[in-house]
Amino acid sequence: MFKEEVKGSLYIALKDLKMYYFKPPNLSWGIMFPIVMALAFILRNPSGVKDLASGLIAMSILFAATSAEAIVIVFERRTKTFERLLLAPLSLQAILFGKVIGGVIFGFLMSSIFLIGSVIFLGVPFSNILFLLASLVLSAFVFAAFGTLVSVAVKEIFDAMTLANFFRFPMIFLCGVFIPVSALPSFLHPLAYALPLTYSVDLIRFFITESYDLVHPVICMVVLIFYSIVLFYLSVWVLKRRIEQ
Amino acid sequence: MGSDTIIEVSDLTKSYRDFLAVNHINFEVKRGEIFGFLGPNGAGKTTTIKMLTGLIQPTEGTATIRGKDIRTQIVEIKKTIGVVTEDSNLYDELSVFDNLRFVGQLYGVSQLDREKRIGELLKRFDLESKREAKFATLSKGMKRKVTIAAALIHSPQVVFLDEPTTGLDVLSARILRAMIKELKALGVTVFLTTHYIEEAELLCDRVAILVKGTIKTVDTPGNLIATTSSKNLEEAFIEITGLKEEIMLVEKEGKR
Repeated sequence: MFKEEVKGSLYIALKDLKMYYFKPPNLSWGIMFPIVMALAFILRNPSGVKDLASGLIAMSILFAATSAEAIVIVFERRTKTFERLLLAPLSLQAILFGKVIGGVIFGFLMSSIFLIGSVIFLGVPFSNILFLLASLVLSAFVFAAFGTLVSVAVKEIFDAMTLANFFRFPMIFLCGVFIPVSALPSFLHPLAYALPLTYSVDLIRFFITESYDLVHPVICMVVLIFYSIVLFYLSVWVLKRRIEQ
Repeated sequence: MGSDTIIEVSDLTKSYRDFLAVNHINFEVKRGEIFGFLGPNGAGKTTTIKMLTGLIQPTEGTATIRGKDIRTQIVEIKKTIGVVTEDSNLYDELSVFDNLRFVGQLYGVSQLDREKRIGELLKRFDLESKREAKFATLSKGMKRKVTIAAALIHSPQVVFLDEPTTGLDVLSARILRAMIKELKALGVTVFLTTHYIEEAELLCDRVAILVKGTIKTVDTPGNLIATTSSKNLEEAFIEITGLKEEIMLVEKEGKR
């Protein structure tokens, strides 16, 4: 039973990757947007490339994992194709897990491109590749689950984009992507601590600079796992309610 | 429940806040029969199908399909049922073959069986030339055929068809009706909702008539025609649903 559910989830993820992820609009959000933002900051402060790499990679995961994820379910509910998934012999958890995995794979691939690019073109060093890749996967799961939550919570694609951006853009400035959280005014710290991107940036930074800005990497991992579980099950709960309406 | 009963519905109810969509309905569907579920718009037909196929949860009551409870064993039930909803809910961007393959994957059909089954279905539904065509490019009739083929990919024992011929041209509707009869010949139980009463008369072994969420009667078309002294099932339907007065009123207005 469990094996069938996992297989079903993977088929859903592969279908989503083929249909939605590797498409120009999504690639531009996943690649172009982080590059443009990073270039703007690198040009302003060329010596801070090493510090910026972790933020850039984390930002690429955030945008890659959420850009399609946040609209896929809304779109499929409008075209009634989501009903096709609901009719399959899979639990709601398995269906949403498949949706999340699509975002995780795409987020991981996009961030890997940035990681490789940072090493080759910017000379950014890194340590403990396995843990670093695990951090990318974990971060991608959190953001894909966030995208899924957005997607099940709204009825229109436009609302999904608005809601996703309502969280994504402030996160770029509050979570240490360009400016370390420790350098932010202290009244913003609680907000930074409440957002998952902070832990993602700090975790990736640890494997690049071997130091962290705010939180020990083990705690970062625990927090990201916590966010993954909460966001995923919140999505399941919201979807259940939506279906019954 | 008799050994030949495949669907047993007991006090099935669905309410949305103050609105009672389906009100404590009871009926049985026998193995291998074509069971028609008829009623005017908003009678609760689609809501009932949605409950029986696990798309929504009943508010009260339950139903069993092949002895399994829709409240607690819905995933098991879904493995043995095929559902054709009102909308052709396949993926526009995928080809006919990719759509069927994906649905087969969701139902856990092994790769070998899947390829064989897709080949059979494409041949049966005369879709072989459309194998690589994108779903979006197909005509409405062809889309309907692919949707039905998708519902049969895992060789289900019960098939739910919700308004399968709505919007189809005469030829496509005829082909579809022939397919429904063929399903019965293969031993598949068919649960059919339709607005076309003459279609139900042609196809169904028994029909249930639903009005405002309540079942008025369940019987064979022949018995319903006889007991209401009607010429055909449509007249019997009008009599049973109480639409006669409404129709007379509309006709009177039309003559003015």
